[in-house]
Amino acid sequence: MLASLLIVFREVLEAGLIVGIVLAASNGVAGRGRWVAGGIAAGLTGAALVASCAGALSQALDGVGQEIFTVAILGLAVTMLGWHAVWMSRHGREMAEAMKDVGRAVAAGEKSLFALSVVTAVAVLREGSEVVLFLYGIAKSTGDGPLSLLAGGMAGVALGVATAFALYRGLLAIPTRHLFSVTNGLVIVLAAGMAGQAASLLASIDVLPSWGERIWNSSAILSEQSLLGRALHALVGYSAQPSGIQLAAWIVTLTALATLSRLVGQQRRPLGSSH
Amino acid sequence: MKRFAFAAALAMLAAPAFADDPLVLSIKDHRFQPDRLEIPADTKVKLTVRNLDSTAEEFESYDLNREKVVAAGSEITVFIGPLAAGNYKFFGDFHQDTAQGVIVAR
Repeated sequence: MLASLLIVFREVLEAGLIVGIVLAASNGVAGRGRWVAGGIAAGLTGAALVASCAGALSQALDGVGQEIFTVAILGLAVTMLGWHAVWMSRHGREMAEAMKDVGRAVAAGEKSLFALSVVTAVAVLREGSEVVLFLYGIAKSTGDGPLSLLAGGMAGVALGVATAFALYRGLLAIPTRHLFSVTNGLVIVLAAGMAGQAASLLASIDVLPSWGERIWNSSAILSEQSLLGRALHALVGYSAQPSGIQLAAWIVTLTALATLSRLVGQQRRPLGSSH
Repeated sequence: MKRFAFAAALAMLAAPAFADDPLVLSIKDHRFQPDRLEIPADTKVKLTVRNLDSTAEEFESYDLNREKVVAAGSEITVFIGPLAAGNYKFFGDFHQDTAQGVIVAR
């Protein structure tokens, strides 16, 4: 029971941390609950679909269907996160100022809700399909006491959701005027981590060179098997043994998005200050 | 669909440069067969993982940075390396108590 609890908890936590950041990043925008819930629902539906045709997906495109599919949805999430980060650096300040003026905040925030909803769906789909496959395997196998394993899985889901909620509440403790810069930083690092994972996947199917399989090995300091390691893997793309291409994609994405946000933010400053 | 076509084109462009011998790992009763696999160091290899069980498994390795679902009764391929000489552990994420193995590059 403990084993299944841990496996499910880990997957739910990874998706949950991302959803927690999305919720914090869209704090104060009316209607975000519906968008985020919609993203979760779409992600769950997608997860069930992906799990049910996992075999066909693996065989697709000469055996690399699974990787190409994951890279595609990661690419989509990186694009949405990047767009949100740049968009927020332009409008975040106004939104913080207009927070009391609910009407304005809604108008300003709605555009980015779609992007965040997509990010939510991708996060839930990725980790969810693994949970579905795992729980389905348990339900199917006999003699292992499937009921207690299933109960463990359910407890894992609850625990993962609770931890994600704790992160969200923690982020909300940040004063509103700083919240947007903090969540924006988190969103950019999140995007960089996903870009790194996508590059690593492309190297694993021989589409990209690996540029060194193991640039460093920090497993002894922070193992990826540990909970903190897993959490950091989901949040910032931490890898104890990263490949060169993974590191390169991480750095390029981070630099590009940070620079772009800064440029767009500066462009806006003279206008924004005269609100 | 466009994305898939683009990715497929990308996949075709990349010229494979790996050892020719097919390496096969089987999963049966939630165990890897063999559970120790030797590969040449500094060479890219193509590994086939075949799941003979009736439930899904996930071929995963922190040492190799690989994570791939193997549906029940199906098989997947993963490219590994080029690796420096050494031991690289892998496991089945869904049955970690039994599904353990190591790749030895030498």
